[in-house]
Amino acid sequence: MRTLRALPTLWRVGVAETIAYRAEFLVWMLTTTIPLIMLALWTSVASEGPFQQYTSNDFVAYFLAALIVRQLTSNWIAWQMFEDIRMGVLSMRLLRPIHPFAAYGISQAAALPFRSVIAVPVALALLASSGVHALTTNPLQLALIVPSIVLAWLISFGLNFAIGAIGFWVTQAFAIGGVYFTLYTLLSGYMMPLDLMNSKFPTLTTVAWSTPFPSMLAVPIKLLTHDLPTSEVLRLLAMQAAWAIGCILLGLAVWRRGLRHFEAVGG
Amino acid sequence: MTRYLQLVGIQLRVSAAAAMQYRANFIIQGLMTLGYIALTLLPLGVLFGGRSSVAGWDLPSALVVMAYFIGVHAVVEGIVSPSLVDLVERIRNGAFDYVLLKPVDAQFMVSASRYEPWKIIDLLGAIGLVVYSFHLRGSPPSPVDLAAGIVLFVAGVLATYSLWLACAATAFWVVRMDNLVYLLGSIFDVARWPVQVFRGMWRFVFTFVIPVALMTTFPAMAMLGHASWRLTVATIGGVLLMLVVSRTIWRIAIRNYTSASS
Repeated sequence: MRTLRALPTLWRVGVAETIAYRAEFLVWMLTTTIPLIMLALWTSVASEGPFQQYTSNDFVAYFLAALIVRQLTSNWIAWQMFEDIRMGVLSMRLLRPIHPFAAYGISQAAALPFRSVIAVPVALALLASSGVHALTTNPLQLALIVPSIVLAWLISFGLNFAIGAIGFWVTQAFAIGGVYFTLYTLLSGYMMPLDLMNSKFPTLTTVAWSTPFPSMLAVPIKLLTHDLPTSEVLRLLAMQAAWAIGCILLGLAVWRRGLRHFEAVGG
Repeated sequence: MTRYLQLVGIQLRVSAAAAMQYRANFIIQGLMTLGYIALTLLPLGVLFGGRSSVAGWDLPSALVVMAYFIGVHAVVEGIVSPSLVDLVERIRNGAFDYVLLKPVDAQFMVSASRYEPWKIIDLLGAIGLVVYSFHLRGSPPSPVDLAAGIVLFVAGVLATYSLWLACAATAFWVVRMDNLVYLLGSIFDVARWPVQVFRGMWRFVFTFVIPVALMTTFPAMAMLGHASWRLTVATIGGVLLMLVVSRTIWRIAIRNYTSASS
């Protein structure tokens, strides 16, 4: 209840932070442009003829969808938390009568409008000009894109919160953030469609699908670019929802255990 | 000159001591290296699983580019990146004053003031990958090509360093740039692919605007014996130009430094 009342204020603070540190914000945005590079790579490969079943246009649709989803769902809360723990800023956050999970969450969500302003028009224009017939026309899927992206955001936030809370035990936890990003790049379909990976590394693809990573990227892209039967759509959404709940609970659990280790560095 | 060498020695000792303090990082770093090499090789495996050659590159040759990518990445992450992160932090909190006061070149102080010794694991991984790819090719490189490949490896590292320094210098204008390393990392990510794989505008950009081709593709071509003398000389010339330009940017930037401490 208290959190709800503070929400508009927290939101305004988040917006102000984004504007105040706009250069840093822009840099974070630019780090999520890998899909454009992968797009350049795969389309030039496919220009010699379709790669497996993927044509040049399919790759355009896939990676631009990836760009949109990534822009809207990525967050860097783990890095923020490492800094807060290392510099002792966390003490201040703990004194506030709002769970840091909500506070961090709102501050990240407040950056979303800015990200869509920058990223979405570019991607939509490109998508419309060169890949529109590779998009889905199924109304159910179009309706479920937004919930799917919200679930992807929650999974990403829950995992990042859990990683950030590891900072309670390890002072130099940046390496763990690196491991997370490596796994994400490897297993989420960030560098290539998971279908392509399946033909060469079937075991790895099975492993990938049993982790939360595809739910963060590959699933929304799939909803956006493939026509799927209703049962498959619902199965994918259910999988995302399960991971979202799991990752949030994980984040909160790691946080609760870690808090007991908090040594309030600095002060 | 001896003073600079002494400084490097001292800083190496300090960094080694700091690294030994966080021994858990050794295991994490080792695992990360494995994951990192797997990550780098995976798209290559998929690509060459469907095609025997892409833009004139076959699998073993593309592996050499990957090895260069991992190697340059290791050196830069081990020597340059940590120092530049420190630089950005020091500009923000004003500690950069003390760097300027020291009786050595400030660019030297910010370029190599802290090391990540564990990155040597990555470098060993890169060397292993080169050996493996030449094993796949069936013949070792000729001594001349090997020498050219090693010289251009150094050139590739310097090219990357110039780009990093030029970007870090922007911290003098926009104060908060903590995440610069991640941006540079994602630009550098392009270097894992032979530049010929990209077409049209992209190839032009990656050769001349953000010259990632100088960092890995051309050095790898030299080691493979595919580079003409002209290309080798042009690469070295390009890298020297980058060093001069980044030095100039650094000097202009440093003139803009308004201490944050007082």
